Amino acid sequence: MDRSAGQEAAPVLSARGLSKSYGGNRVVSDLSLDLPPGGMLGLIGPNGAGKTTLFNLLAGAVRPDGGAILLVGRDVTAQPPRARLRAGLGRSFQIARPFARMTVLENVMTAAQAQTGESALAALLRPARVRSEERAHAARAREILDFVSLSQLEGEPASVLSGGQRKLLELARVLMAEPRVILLDEPGAGVNPALLDLIADRIQAINARGVAVLLIEHNMELVARLCPRVIVMAAGRLLAEGPPSEVTARADVIEVYLEGMPA
Amino acid sequence: MELLAYAAFFLTVAMTYATICLGLNVQWGQTGLFNVGVAAFVGLGAYVSAILTTPEAPGRLGGLGLPIAAGWVGAALAGGVLALLVGALTIRLRSDYLAIATFGVAVALQLVFQNAEPLTGGAFGIGFIPRPFGGLQRQALPFAALNLALTVALVLILYLALERLAQSPWGRALRAVREDETAAESLGKSPLRLRLEAFVLGGMVMALAGAVQAHFIGFIAPANYLPALTFQVWAMLILGGSGNNRGAILGAVVVWAIWAATAALIAHLVPAGEQARASSLQLVAIGVILCAVLLWRPQGLLPERRAVPRHLGRP
Repeated sequence: MDRSAGQEAAPVLSARGLSKSYGGNRVVSDLSLDLPPGGMLGLIGPNGAGKTTLFNLLAGAVRPDGGAILLVGRDVTAQPPRARLRAGLGRSFQIARPFARMTVLENVMTAAQAQTGESALAALLRPARVRSEERAHAARAREILDFVSLSQLEGEPASVLSGGQRKLLELARVLMAEPRVILLDEPGAGVNPALLDLIADRIQAINARGVAVLLIEHNMELVARLCPRVIVMAAGRLLAEGPPSEVTARADVIEVYLEGMPA
Repeated sequence: MELLAYAAFFLTVAMTYATICLGLNVQWGQTGLFNVGVAAFVGLGAYVSAILTTPEAPGRLGGLGLPIAAGWVGAALAGGVLALLVGALTIRLRSDYLAIATFGVAVALQLVFQNAEPLTGGAFGIGFIPRPFGGLQRQALPFAALNLALTVALVLILYLALERLAQSPWGRALRAVREDETAAESLGKSPLRLRLEAFVLGGMVMALAGAVQAHFIGFIAPANYLPALTFQVWAMLILGGSGNNRGAILGAVVVWAIWAATAALIAHLVPAGEQARASSLQLVAIGVILCAVLLWRPQGLLPERRAVPRHLGRP
């Protein structure tokens, strides 16, 4: 389809009227958002606003009570996480989940998609093909590890990584799956300042390659640095949307943040 | 001469345990499936193969008189089917519940062996199971040596195949599921499919081992397949090194040596009338060793390897 200039590209990820309740408590309520291809959108809000639940809904870890999720125009509301990944949606976790007793390189290689050798029969009977695929995957995994500055640690078990390195490993793993959209859940949480700078820089580089990013983050400095636009969630609803500097100056946004503070 | 024949006999039995251990290693070592019903798979394999290969016997069903190889294949298939059935029902369960379910299956199946008399011979079991190289039975050494060669070859073939699988993307995906199922699924893996495949493969290997053991000894009885067998095999895998196929084989040989040595010791030291009771001390010895390993070397004699596979080289 030919798109004339000025017309907005169809969103790569959109949520339409998503709702989710836990025991009568509406955690996400009639929430809609659009992420344009190659866009970078921040998701902020006080603790308990429903940000992580929204993430879990988008990634497929949790099923919504109502609403729809469209990925590249396709309805994926009923699909499990792995089907969404195949359609181009990757995610990281708020608390990094490395495969602790596997090497850093193995962690990343696991994330390659459509591996012939993931069928036990093919692994036994087609060793040459599996081996050449493995070489290609190892080469790409090493490029990615280089990109996130973890090359030196490729042979180490992931259990030895620091908190910040684990965040970088999650980033590397999700990149290996070659997604078009990445959901990042607090990539800066619990990371020392030096690594935080590296993580921010890498997220920008990923986005510059055309991967759309939706980012939950409490560190407003990081959000302001990365995201041209943010949406603010409060009590499961969309409260505000716009550039970070404008949104954080709004009285209602300041109010919901202050409500969570001890008086 | 006699000593050599005994050594060959000892190692042949150890190789059958090594085969069971390799099966458990696929399930527990690589995938983290807590199967406490090992005896069910081993026993099923033994009985299926015995029923398929023994000569016809009055008052007993089966006795099809098929070749030994057919018995082995039948046993492995039966083990796979049992694993598929149990797995399809229980594989969603968290590890401790899977343990309870598999333990229950093992107890139930053992009772079937004991009571389905027309098929299994009841408490007396099945005898006259054809032995490989049975024509040489009267010449102890060649018979023992050939059987040892056969079981060693089997262990070697299984080891090479399972090692190839462990090093493959399939094996890697199993370990990912073992380490963190949620993360594995977020990276596009299907934990249910992978766990079921590992459970079935492990069940097939264990049942095959049960058949090989039954044919080597020549008779089977339900008392061979009590939970103590499951415990022994677990001790072998943990001592040898969970997650390492070589460790599984080494652990089987070492624990079986301890088992045989303590049996000899008891026969030597304990008066004849008390030996049946004293043989419980064998289980105590294995238990003590297990505790010692868990305290001082929880990764086992040969720990899981975490090196980058050689063929992937270094940049």
